[in-house]
Amino acid sequence: MTSLHTQSGASAQRRIGLPRALMQRQWFAPLGALLLIIICMGLVSPGFLSIRVVDGHLYGSLIDVIHRGSSAALVAVGMAIVIGTRGIDLSVGSVIAISGAVMAVLISETDLPPWLIILAAVGSGVLCGLWNGVLVAYLEIQPIISTLILMVAGRGIAQMITGGQIVTFHGEFFEAIGSGYLLGIPWRVLIAAAVILLLWLTMRKTALGLFVEAVGGNARASRLAGIDSRGITLLAYVISGVCSAVAGIIIAADIRGADANNAGLWLELDAILAVVLGGAALMGGRFYLGATVIGVLIIQSLTTGILLSGLPSQYTLVVKAGVVLLVLLMQAPGFRRSMAAVLRRRQHED
Amino acid sequence: MSYSMKHLKTRVCSTLAMAVALGLSASAQAELLIGFSQIGSESGWRTSETASIKAEAERRGIDLKFSDAQQKQENQIKAVRSFIAQGVDGILLAPVVETGWDQVLKEAQKAGIPVVLIDRGVDADESLYLTKVASDFVQEGALAAAWLAAETNGVCDVVELQGTVGSSAANDRKEGFESVIGNFPGLKITRSQSGNFTRSGGKEVMESFLKAENGGKGICAVYAHNDDMALGAVQAIKEAGLNPGEDILVVSIDAVPDIFKAMAEGDTNATIELNPHLGGPAFDAINTAKSGGEVPKWIKANGPLYLPDTAAEEYKKRSS
Repeated sequence: MTSLHTQSGASAQRRIGLPRALMQRQWFAPLGALLLIIICMGLVSPGFLSIRVVDGHLYGSLIDVIHRGSSAALVAVGMAIVIGTRGIDLSVGSVIAISGAVMAVLISETDLPPWLIILAAVGSGVLCGLWNGVLVAYLEIQPIISTLILMVAGRGIAQMITGGQIVTFHGEFFEAIGSGYLLGIPWRVLIAAAVILLLWLTMRKTALGLFVEAVGGNARASRLAGIDSRGITLLAYVISGVCSAVAGIIIAADIRGADANNAGLWLELDAILAVVLGGAALMGGRFYLGATVIGVLIIQSLTTGILLSGLPSQYTLVVKAGVVLLVLLMQAPGFRRSMAAVLRRRQHED
Repeated sequence: MSYSMKHLKTRVCSTLAMAVALGLSASAQAELLIGFSQIGSESGWRTSETASIKAEAERRGIDLKFSDAQQKQENQIKAVRSFIAQGVDGILLAPVVETGWDQVLKEAQKAGIPVVLIDRGVDADESLYLTKVASDFVQEGALAAAWLAAETNGVCDVVELQGTVGSSAANDRKEGFESVIGNFPGLKITRSQSGNFTRSGGKEVMESFLKAENGGKGICAVYAHNDDMALGAVQAIKEAGLNPGEDILVVSIDAVPDIFKAMAEGDTNATIELNPHLGGPAFDAINTAKSGGEVPKWIKANGPLYLPDTAAEEYKKRSS
């Protein structure tokens, strides 16, 4: 399958030259869509593109996009890896609620040092990931169902931890994570970038990424080839759990409180959408971390841009859905084939 | 204030009347048996509503049968049917959804048991229930606008943080606010977006408002459909280097404990309570109906406006 792809890609490259070859690239369509959206938003509300320095840090709507998008990007790259194993993780929103709740309760009720609290919150993500991973990899329950269990129960667990209330906290360290800056760049963006870079290095500079794709392509064949497919699957869910937990820390630090009912609500859908916008198939066997991050930025630019444009609230979801559909069409093989056919006919007529 | 005075007066009156008229059958009055089907305990507000109604029943010597439906209509219907079977004197129902109540309400009516709807309405014929005791969201929005108009002498550019699109609280709180500011040509909503009733939603929307309005220089006040969004907005305003409560006024609705803390610290300016004390008017209505009196179909039990001067005290009272 893979070799077939490369062959046709290479021959296409020879035939049509550089611009078309660029278009065959995985990240080309999402990146093009992102730029197009940013330009359109800039035309609708010119303030969207301006970036200034206020109080020694960067300030502007584009900064808001990466600022707000950082937590979703973390969740989405975790999701991309799980989807790469032909799985899916619906529990990410609940894991966000749990890690935020653990963090908020520990800050407000104990005097533990911040690093220990962070460790505990991330640890809760590891536990959630292990739970999902064991259900999927070892008990072989279908991923959508195994993670649905934690999706439903997790929010309940978070509510139990917070006692059903929004637990608020104060503390310089955590406020910095939520809204502090280092050299003018938001801390949360740096944290997300560091985690994603680390993941990219471990996936793409070692064979691990290839193993994940092998398991997703054909678990049985990869097992016969000597890959510990169960271990790899388990690892993918743990990675997703950790990514969500870090996102949960950022989200709770942002509002200086753990909102067990709403933190990360429906974020699993945005994350899955970002993975698909990045060009991966839900059938597994392939994942693209960079393109997934671009997918997140597409969704977040839309959200921020629409808020800035002053479009009445009742239309925002429809507009968002319409643009997302367009971006997906740009990547859909069937749509691209028919568009290419139309173009070719035009050329013949000329 | 006037509400609680009136409340007190009616309570004193009814207690006196009871003592005089039912002198001999006082024990029978104490036996008043009322069933209460509550939705669940999904929010802090609902928990305090339950506590308030239970306390009110205890104060009046009413035997209250409490049933928690855990967000399920079928549990509520079961509870109402078991109240009917027990032959209660009245039923309080906080309906989880609007539709599907006709049958069970008819059963209660056939058994001659008055049903009082608590804090939400149902989509059924008015004759099937005695009354609805609930806040009027339109009035809450109007009160917020009236306060803001007085505070700013009727000149202010307001940004609005709406609740979840399509929810009755969001629609009505918007409508009430707009109906009042329509009287002041200098008072207008310049931007309005949904923050979904959440803190992070309020913060994100406010961030974009601040960017859209020249770093917040064009904004005189924030009107948030609930306190949580206001608390999110306060953070966004602070992070933009402005002073919430001074540079930008903040008015919101619900009166959750945390808003009193923010108000005591000078970050927000006013909140309107979504009244959880619905037991008193509900029991009064049942008593009135029992003695053959007329009860309006909607008893509006709106809460008061709270300002910073009492905030510290209220926070202590509510957070303990």
